[in-house]
Amino acid sequence: MQDLDARLSAIAAKRWQLGLLLTALMLAGYFGFILLVAFGKPLLATLLMPGLTVGILVGAMVILFAQGLTLFYVNWANNTYDPIINQIMAEREGAKK
Amino acid sequence: MSASNNPLAILFFFVFVSATLVITYFAAKRTRSAAHFYAAGRSITGFQNGLALAGDYMSAASFLGIAGLVSLNGFDGLIYSTGWLVGWPIILFLIAEPLRNLGKYTFTDVVAYRLTQKPVRIAAAIGTMAVVLTYLIAQMVGAGTLIKLLFGLAYWQAVCLVGIVMITYVLFGGMIATTWVQIIKAGLLLGGATTMALLVLWQFGMNPTNLFAKAAELASDPAYGAQNTKVLEPGTKVVTGAWDAVSLGLALMFGTAGLPHILMRFYTVPNAKAARVSVVWATIWIGFFYLITFILGFGAMVLVGPKVILAAGGGGNMAAPMLANAVGGSAFFGFICAVAFATILAVVAGLTLSGAAALSHDLWVNVFRGGDADEAEQLRVARASSLLLGVCAVLLGIAFEGQNVAYMVGLTFSIAASANFPALMLAIFWRKLTTAGAVCSILFGSIGTLVLIYLGPTIQIDLLKHGPDAVWFPLKNPCLVTMTGAFLVGIVVSLLSPEPRAEGMFAETRDRVLVGAPDIKAVAH
Repeated sequence: MQDLDARLSAIAAKRWQLGLLLTALMLAGYFGFILLVAFGKPLLATLLMPGLTVGILVGAMVILFAQGLTLFYVNWANNTYDPIINQIMAEREGAKK
Repeated sequence: MSASNNPLAILFFFVFVSATLVITYFAAKRTRSAAHFYAAGRSITGFQNGLALAGDYMSAASFLGIAGLVSLNGFDGLIYSTGWLVGWPIILFLIAEPLRNLGKYTFTDVVAYRLTQKPVRIAAAIGTMAVVLTYLIAQMVGAGTLIKLLFGLAYWQAVCLVGIVMITYVLFGGMIATTWVQIIKAGLLLGGATTMALLVLWQFGMNPTNLFAKAAELASDPAYGAQNTKVLEPGTKVVTGAWDAVSLGLALMFGTAGLPHILMRFYTVPNAKAARVSVVWATIWIGFFYLITFILGFGAMVLVGPKVILAAGGGGNMAAPMLANAVGGSAFFGFICAVAFATILAVVAGLTLSGAAALSHDLWVNVFRGGDADEAEQLRVARASSLLLGVCAVLLGIAFEGQNVAYMVGLTFSIAASANFPALMLAIFWRKLTTAGAVCSILFGSIGTLVLIYLGPTIQIDLLKHGPDAVWFPLKNPCLVTMTGAFLVGIVVSLLSPEPRAEGMFAETRDRVLVGAPDIKAVAH
């Protein structure tokens, strides 16, 4: 049981670390955008091609970035995290019997 | 322009209401327990819940409001589009799975899990009601104004109509009916907005940059009537100062993770994995929708024109319906008007249900009855609370007629981020959280936000027309101060009032966060 608890703690810690890291990335991405809006107006106003400024591109990228992060997380959780948790739970059930 | 003489709009509207009432009838027959009423029997799939979350979240403010904002200001509308999306990943990374695994019907279940039930539930019910009521006022006033414009009804008739249909959904069909109304609405809204965007792009060689270039060319002439002559770059209207921008950003980002009607939806799925999957679908749909609103906004700027949009009234809210008329004729206009109505109905139904859960599950069952109430009583009280809140929503909607309630959406997100989010985070992550700490954090967050909004420029200058001297607090949105404050208050008070029992239960809590509680799954049937 001791061993199972330690493994459970380890995977829990790993999940929180990943969650916090991804949260930090999202915060950095969005507040980077907001601070550019507040302080980097000339940069955002740069025209990349007729009809497309850096600002519009970056704004759309923030949305795609948010979607990308959620897809990354769910992929990790479904394929790595869940199997480990299920494995530990199965062993714990076995240990009880 | 109004749809009152557009029989198709009225026909579409009746088809939607009839279809959803049929669903409500069948949902009512399946609603036999509190788990059905609050959580749809935990039988909704991840994909369905993702659509329902999107339906709960894409309010008329985001469909008509952002399209209108972009059609008049250009780029600045994008600040809202992105801000309203970035809260979703946060919900996924930090909240969704622990919430599903620890709670039963409301997010308060999670906050109160290790703590003394009564004080925490009372405080959290205050936080929930503050969010629900301010958001309901914003939605009902918006609904009345819009439906008056769209369908030519009197304001009070419009508010009563929304109220009656919405109460019918919630009262009889509970969460099952509300979920399906949201799924249908999300489908209609996404389908309608996509079709409209395609019709707009059709005129610009299917290339958005052609559209943006045309908008920039037209708006560069001040006589065109746009609020900003350079519409592809940040203007000065929406974001006034860096601290204001950061504070608004925090409220949008973390407020989403504190909205009771959103959090409640995670109890409708069978397990944590489905909760996780539902956030991903919600993020995909909502993000896609916000990208589309940008095309709609610029489309309306070019194809309808800012002057015509402003002349229609509603402060820009008519941009999307008028664009529908311009690209798809009166049939499409009627369809989009009906979709806008459906959008409002679904959002107020979700809000009312989450408020009713706070009143009945948190206050009546767990505080007044000490957790001891049978299924029949729980269901009865839940329905009575829904009716009470629905009637309140109608009365508040009528009382606030003609008021500028745009600030109330920001206020709602700010209360949610300050009152609910910190307590929820501390309860899940921090071993040493105590009853006193949670209660003080929630009360500080909700009362602090209300007081600072009142003392700030939004109320003192914009609403009460006082001079700058009357402003005691400089930020339009107080979230920066109140959210950080609520975290600090929660931590300091907890450290000053150790609670060994709560700390001792942390290991059990962590275990349940990871693997869930088998007993809750069994309740579903």
